[in-house]
Amino acid sequence: MSTPGSPGSPTQHRSVSTLDGDAVAEWIRRVADAIDGQADQLTALDAAIGDADHGINMRRGFHAVREALPQQAGELPGTILITVGRTLISTVGGASGPLYGTAFRAAGKSLGDAATVESAALLEALRAALAGVKRLGAASEGDKTMVDALSPAVSAFAKAVERGDDLAVALTAAVSAAQRGVTATIPLQARKGRASYLGARSVGHQDPGATSTALILDQLRAVVVDAAGE
Amino acid sequence: MSSGSGSTAQANSAAGRVGIVLVSHSPRLAEAVAELIRLLGAEQAVVTVAGGTDDGQFGTSDRLVAEAINAADRGAGVVVIPDLGSSVLTTRRLLLDDEVELPPDVRIADTPFVEGAVAAASTAAFGAGIAAVMAAAEDARSIPKL
Repeated sequence: MSTPGSPGSPTQHRSVSTLDGDAVAEWIRRVADAIDGQADQLTALDAAIGDADHGINMRRGFHAVREALPQQAGELPGTILITVGRTLISTVGGASGPLYGTAFRAAGKSLGDAATVESAALLEALRAALAGVKRLGAASEGDKTMVDALSPAVSAFAKAVERGDDLAVALTAAVSAAQRGVTATIPLQARKGRASYLGARSVGHQDPGATSTALILDQLRAVVVDAAGE
Repeated sequence: MSSGSGSTAQANSAAGRVGIVLVSHSPRLAEAVAELIRLLGAEQAVVTVAGGTDDGQFGTSDRLVAEAINAADRGAGVVVIPDLGSSVLTTRRLLLDDEVELPPDVRIADTPFVEGAVAAASTAAFGAGIAAVMAAAEDARSIPKL
């Protein structure tokens, strides 16, 4: 993690402006831990409107991801994310495998061989992830899917980057937007996925895919905020 | 007779036939529909299956689907019949993946699993081209049963 300028006084705001491979690996490790902690809740959400396996699938996938991380030590941010994507694709037997696999892989490919990632590059990576997910799943905002968290998050991040906000502030804005998006899924009727078979009975339930998306973005925010506080 | 992603006994004599791939969350369901296709007289069809996860659990497998598609290829294209949900996503993701080796013309039919598979395989068994096989599969959505 790189921080520009001199340390200055204890009250000076430290700004973290880029992510390196180590930061990305730390993000992913924290995602794996958070998924572990939330797996039962995610499954419970999915039991209400799906096939009760979202938490189980994500935990399985991110266990495999966590195991693949040590071999990624010293790797580029983009390479790590591509590996995350590939691992999810090959280990998750539910919808989140192809969907999150595509998201991470698209983000990783977008980052190319950059050793450090600043806001503008991260924005492009998030856009690529969203585009990949929308293309694969053919979902739009309002369909009650992960897109309902990811799309507002990307928009909020873009606005923050445009304002010149630093990475921590921009990610905080993105996560807030994602969390609002998650809450917004509750009254929606599902138009994609297993929940869409439930029709009106999907109304009143929070979407598990949107929930896990907000969780994943929140862990990235946490890594950057923690680094800024060091 | 078929293994997880293996081809039918007619494989070697089926050059030029459109291959049919059954993708299901359930290994047994995929095999059973393949058997139904044979019992209904379409044993000349090239049918491969990709059912369940790599370890035989309920779900879908990227690898099994890719293998089944390649095993079904006889040079005239491949039509995939997915049951629902991640069967569609897994297949579609493979077709969008520029790093995966697949035959040039692979299409996914939007049709109920059993009815579409039977329609597709019956049509393909007679040597129909891929457009006709797709049309037959998708017509199966609206053919009344009663």
